[in-house]
Amino acid sequence: MEVAKYSRGQGADLKALRDKKLKGQLSVKEKLYGQSAKAAAKAEKWLMPNDGVLGPYNIGYTSNGRYMLVGGQKGHLAMMDMLHMDLMKEFEVRETVRDVTFLHNEQFYAVAQKKYPYIYNRHGTEIHCLKEHGKALKLQFLSKQFLLASINSFGQLHYQDVSTGEMVANYRTGLGRTDVMRANPYNAVIGLGHAGGKVTMWKPTSVKPLVTMLCHHGPVTAVAFDRGGNLMATAGVDRKIKIWDLRKYEVVHSYPARAQSLDFSQKGLLACSNGSQVEIYKDFGGHDYKLYMKHKIMKGYQVGKVLFRPYEDILGIVHSMGFSSILVPGSGEPNFDTFVDNPMETTKQKREKEVHALLDKLPPETIMLNPNMIATVRAPKKKEKKTKEIEEEMEDAIEAAKNIERKKKTKGRSKPSKRAKKKEEDVFKAKRPFLEQSDKIDGRPDKKQRIGEEVELPKALQRFAKKPQS
Amino acid sequence: MRVKVISRSTDDYTRERSQDLQKVFRNYDPALRSQEKAVEYTRALNAAKLEKIFAKPFIGAMDGHIDAVSCMAKNPNHLKAIFSGSMDGDVRLWDIAARKTVCQFPGHQGAVRGLTTSTDGDLLVSCGVDCTVRLWKDPMLKMVDTSDHTGVNSQPSAVYTWKHAFWGADHQWDGNLFATVGAQVDIWDPDRSEPINSFEWGKDTVLSVRFDPGDCNILITSGSDRSLTLYDLRMSSPARKLIMKTRCNSVCWNPREPMNFTAANEDTNCYSFDARKLDEAKIVHKGHVSAVMDIDYSPTGREFVTGSYDRTVRIFNYLGDHSREIYHTKRMQRVFCVKYTFDGTYLVSGSDDTNLRLWKSKASEQLGVLLPRERKKQEYQDALKERYKHLPEVKRIVRHRHLPKPIYKAANLRRTMIEAENRKEERRRKHSAPGSMTVQPFRKRRIIKEVE
Repeated sequence: MEVAKYSRGQGADLKALRDKKLKGQLSVKEKLYGQSAKAAAKAEKWLMPNDGVLGPYNIGYTSNGRYMLVGGQKGHLAMMDMLHMDLMKEFEVRETVRDVTFLHNEQFYAVAQKKYPYIYNRHGTEIHCLKEHGKALKLQFLSKQFLLASINSFGQLHYQDVSTGEMVANYRTGLGRTDVMRANPYNAVIGLGHAGGKVTMWKPTSVKPLVTMLCHHGPVTAVAFDRGGNLMATAGVDRKIKIWDLRKYEVVHSYPARAQSLDFSQKGLLACSNGSQVEIYKDFGGHDYKLYMKHKIMKGYQVGKVLFRPYEDILGIVHSMGFSSILVPGSGEPNFDTFVDNPMETTKQKREKEVHALLDKLPPETIMLNPNMIATVRAPKKKEKKTKEIEEEMEDAIEAAKNIERKKKTKGRSKPSKRAKKKEEDVFKAKRPFLEQSDKIDGRPDKKQRIGEEVELPKALQRFAKKPQS
Repeated sequence: MRVKVISRSTDDYTRERSQDLQKVFRNYDPALRSQEKAVEYTRALNAAKLEKIFAKPFIGAMDGHIDAVSCMAKNPNHLKAIFSGSMDGDVRLWDIAARKTVCQFPGHQGAVRGLTTSTDGDLLVSCGVDCTVRLWKDPMLKMVDTSDHTGVNSQPSAVYTWKHAFWGADHQWDGNLFATVGAQVDIWDPDRSEPINSFEWGKDTVLSVRFDPGDCNILITSGSDRSLTLYDLRMSSPARKLIMKTRCNSVCWNPREPMNFTAANEDTNCYSFDARKLDEAKIVHKGHVSAVMDIDYSPTGREFVTGSYDRTVRIFNYLGDHSREIYHTKRMQRVFCVKYTFDGTYLVSGSDDTNLRLWKSKASEQLGVLLPRERKKQEYQDALKERYKHLPEVKRIVRHRHLPKPIYKAANLRRTMIEAENRKEERRRKHSAPGSMTVQPFRKRRIIKEVE
């Protein structure tokens, strides 16, 4: 602790004074100076820790922006109360830490360590070791469903319910190792960016991704989702930052820039970290994003992750020297709602909120691309009425099938029950082509693509065409 | 250059003293809240499940009678009091809150078939198969005045003997006349020992009678010739008659829409009619699997309760074609009479097993005084269930009722039979000349004719 740095020179020499009144006044002042120097030195202790010796940091904020969690690559973990600038807990795990995230409030946080992710309590006590996740590279918490999602080094996506401990889903993405993962706050869909330039979106109840988009000509380096649910920003190695409209899946803007990390603020500002500077884009009406602010840190130091602090005009920047935060006017939501997130919560309010969140915990089936589709009416399916000719043909075919001559088997192999079964099979075979004509089930196309008669096949494929039933 | 940045001071957002209320700030922006519909749907599902957990409608049984309970009477001025008459002539006054007999009115020799009170409560009329009508003065004095003298009201103030056994009785809502029915409809004045007026249409027994709450001169009776007859006291002869295919056991007027009445029929359905247009039923209320014995409307006029021979009590919405609720107990046998209390929260059912049973009209309702927060929560949950009741998961939970096995099987059997009949009807219609077979709606099907 460098108290001397903040003490602003030597203290006054009070012994030489004869005037008692002056002596008393000055000694009080000196005491105050001493205390303020100590307090400032204490702040320095974690705000600018050890010049980046403990590796690039990962940061996470709670949803009300009050608590911040930093985890250094070399295993340094610290949680602090940003409202009163208090360090709550600091400890070393002596292992590689790849990602940190808070769970539903500051009582618990998950840390993706060398082999498995661990869950710690606010006192730093290890509570759970999540072995099933494997070597997690990134963690995301879906707060309404109480699901912890992780992507591991094999490209497997795991969803675990942290309130019951149940593993809800684990899927192999099939697209290799990726460490770009972001949760869409609007619909709780997980977006992954892959090495081939694809971005896939996942929900816990389906094996295949909901959406696969080809975004870049090279690996995707960062993904971010807007709070309103309409915009997605992606950055790739091909030196482009693209802003996508998620309703039409089209590019809205494309910038020739690099970005190591992207983040959207509550008010729609986009922060990109690029080398030793941070660029902030703002939309001036109608999704027209233009450069708003640039912030350069000292030359030579690389900026890592950028994260906006909720409900404040502050952007947290992680760089190779540690962590710093800058003011970005207009990025935070100034009016908070006590029942959604309260940065100045009392303990009772926090407990009530936790209980209500658990009572209203959403089942994982409610995650979908359009969350407003719940309780809407499905359009009725149009049943095409069979024309009379088709019906007549079907009846003729059934009659014919019933009347064909069947060979009578000897030695007791032609039992009446077996003959009746054979007859039924023939009738069903005769009916089948007519039933297949009404092949669209629920308006969805047939899963197996049948090559119809209308399609003109090239000669090489003609042997694979299904022969029409005569 | 001045730049505006968010700067909050904790003093503005936290309370000053611990006696103060916590400060609450709202921002209704939907962007702050994600997945609102999913949250609301989950809350509706939980509300439906909680409703089922708290559904305990049975409050208690009142035992004391030694034979089946045949009729009950209630009075609008005394919410806690209910009269019941049994098949052995025992008339009792019960205190619903204590579930105990307050007073007995001995005297009848045979079954008591009709019990009714005057609207102001100082006259009780009972009539039975022993051809007598007994009047009792101030019957509910004992409920108010708990002193021990029994002399005053355990003796009838008047006993009128008449020519035939009685099957039902009812008192005018405004006025002091009452009507009894048996072989004919008799109108009595309590001071006269003979009926002041008598009506007759046909030679069949009349089974039940009800005065119209809206117009004190109109009454409706149901008879064993499968008819419903409307009488007007100002005319010298009956007004209208409706003949149905099966007999109606009981009728009740809707207290809030006094031109409508509902009849409980032997063919397990209840038919709601508009008294001005009797040729077609307004609604057919289906649900019971055996004859419906008695019917009573809630004072709100929005629902009614029916008791049936199949040992269940059902509550219907006044416009509903299927029951909203069904109550049954292993110990409750054939239900002969049901009454809704005048505050609309309880039902009383009298059955063959000599007990009167007290039920809640809303099975999961919390009775007693609710705190404003509790009440608001309950209203919110009711609104949620109402909004999402069409979705399959919520509907399944809200609709689910456990039925006793005989009822469940009987209902399935009925359904199969009705479906088979409908199918055959359809086929007959398809194979006959178009237009030769008319489609008759169910509301008309059970009516034979209307007679002036």
